Amino acid sequence: MATKASASAARLMMAPAVTLLLGWMLVPLVMTLYFSFADYRPLRGAFEPWIGFENYERFVTSSSFWDAVTTTLTMVGGILVITVCFGILLALLLDKPIYGQGVVRILVIAPFFVMPTVSALVWKNMMMDPVNGILSHVWRFFGAAPHDWLVQTPTLSIILIVSWQWLPFATLILLTAIQSLDGEQLEAAEMDGAPPLKRFWFIILPHLSRAITIVILIQTIFLLSIFAEIFVTTQGSFGTRTLTYLVYQRVLESQNVGLGSAGGIIAVILANIVAIFLMRIVGKNLDA
Amino acid sequence: MGQITLNQITKSFGETQVIPPLDLRIEEGEFVVFVGPSGCGKSTLLRLIAGLEDVSSGHIEIDGRDVTDVPPAQRGLAMVFQSYALYPHMSVRKNIAFPLRMAGMDEAEQKKRVERAATVLNLTDYLDRRPGQLSGGQRQRVAIGRAIVREPAAFLFDEPLSNLDAALRHGMRMEIGELHQSLATTMIYVTHDQVEAMTMADKIVVLRAGVIEQVGSPLELYREPRNLFVAGFIGSPTMNLLTGPEAKKHDATTIGVRPEHIEAGDPDASPWSGTVGISEHLGSDTFLHVHGTGLAETITVRADGEVPLRHGDRVGLTPHPDRIHRFDAKGLRIA
Ligand SMILES: Nc1ncnc2c1ncn2[C@@H]1O[C@H](COP(=O)(O)OP(=O)(O)O)[C@@H](O)[C@H]1O
Ligand SMILES: [Mg+2]
Repeated sequence: MATKASASAARLMMAPAVTLLLGWMLVPLVMTLYFSFADYRPLRGAFEPWIGFENYERFVTSSSFWDAVTTTLTMVGGILVITVCFGILLALLLDKPIYGQGVVRILVIAPFFVMPTVSALVWKNMMMDPVNGILSHVWRFFGAAPHDWLVQTPTLSIILIVSWQWLPFATLILLTAIQSLDGEQLEAAEMDGAPPLKRFWFIILPHLSRAITIVILIQTIFLLSIFAEIFVTTQGSFGTRTLTYLVYQRVLESQNVGLGSAGGIIAVILANIVAIFLMRIVGKNLDA
Repeated sequence: MGQITLNQITKSFGETQVIPPLDLRIEEGEFVVFVGPSGCGKSTLLRLIAGLEDVSSGHIEIDGRDVTDVPPAQRGLAMVFQSYALYPHMSVRKNIAFPLRMAGMDEAEQKKRVERAATVLNLTDYLDRRPGQLSGGQRQRVAIGRAIVREPAAFLFDEPLSNLDAALRHGMRMEIGELHQSLATTMIYVTHDQVEAMTMADKIVVLRAGVIEQVGSPLELYREPRNLFVAGFIGSPTMNLLTGPEAKKHDATTIGVRPEHIEAGDPDASPWSGTVGISEHLGSDTFLHVHGTGLAETITVRADGEVPLRHGDRVGLTPHPDRIHRFDAKGLRIA
């Protein structure tokens, strides 16, 4: 690819893919932008192409907006904490030579292959159901009154469900990172008088910092838009309405496309702020 | 401090026994080198002493204390690994201070010791760098620094120079030698390179397949190799080994003569003669590879650096009669 001719040939051949990708991304974005400045409520036949920032104002000033932002951040934060902590623990365990290692690893990865809708349904009906759920049987076995998960602790329940789905991803990334640690470093630390916990803290954890950064960044991007799990379980009630869900309700339940689009744009902007913020605090690990 | 005794120790990985029962005594302040071909169990033996591997049977004593079941950190030994095993996310200063920090030593004393070690090892200007920003030789010195600040009873080195280039290796060899002189602490040094063994050791332990073939000072091993393996392993270029009628003349199955104990001279006035093949000119010496002697395929001879012989020239060879090593059918030395 060193000559001018080959460079321009490459550009020419990449053009269709690039054009397609740009169209794919730009068309919806531009349409959303366009609708966000319009009063567009199809069922009422209302369409006024330019109403300025009215939609934005209404979306941001409604009380549900700030609740949704808080809920979103609580959920994403909770899921990140759970997946990273348990991911590290599981990765440490899986790194040890155990009997039936291959099978165990596949079992650990399995939840990742279950569709979000399906796993949410399974958790809702088989695990967390107050009457027939496995967890309520466990509660009753110990003589406690069954816990109605999705009503009494709805946010926690959704955090648990989504963490269960994302734990394999975190585990897998962290496991490969642990496997790349030079065993002699651990032995050197052992000879230097570091007991297991200190070896973890001073050697393993710093070695994992880059992988943890990657897990946090990737998961945040996906978790900001979790939808199916909320739709299937609580439908956004009991304080589980995230920003994504709020946008959905505005567009499809209230049939207010303009308002929903404005919400979508705000969500994009907020997601970018979060991403930049994350990059700032953890991104310095990436170039070490 | 630093006297180590191995008592009938063995080590097996699953079914395979890597170290058959082995006894060894390492005196206080000695520089002991374990030498042998790759895979002969040198590292395993060192790791057994360090406590990084458990012995399958037998006992290890350090300064009279049975440490067989004592964890590595409490054996009072420090190890320098082949890969250096520096902690990449810590500065050089933190790397060196790590064992002191783990021991809970107070900051001021830590700082003092780190700085003293840095001065000894010429690392003062690099204390705030990360290992990734250092050259191979500097990393090696950091690893040594991390070992010396602990003031251990003995140092263990596992092929510490094998990742360095030839010039640096020579320099580091000198530095480690100096270090041993100034600290006077027991050092156990593992290498597959017999030159390192010869130049550094007070005592060499030659290993083959986990078995000690011979223990002795470099000159003892050079003068009186106990068997054919040691004879072939120690000395560079390797000893010429001859079998057949020439060996019979000396009442032996095999005789060995080192290249430096053969005189090149007049082909008609010498007991052996042949044609010069490749000759390696080192300036100070010339190594002649002589063919067609009827004794062995090639005989290596060390001649003067400016010997006028060329490829294809005939040459006469005279071995020093009192420098001929004799070995019996089992390969053992005949006294
Ligand atoms: N953890 C282990 N598991 C199984 N075999 C091993 C292990 N470590 C070393 N060995 C075997 O023990 C023998 C000696 O290895 P080692 O002590 O590393 O040799 P050296 O350091 O002399 O090159 C080799 O044959 C090696 O395959
Ligand atoms: Mg080795």
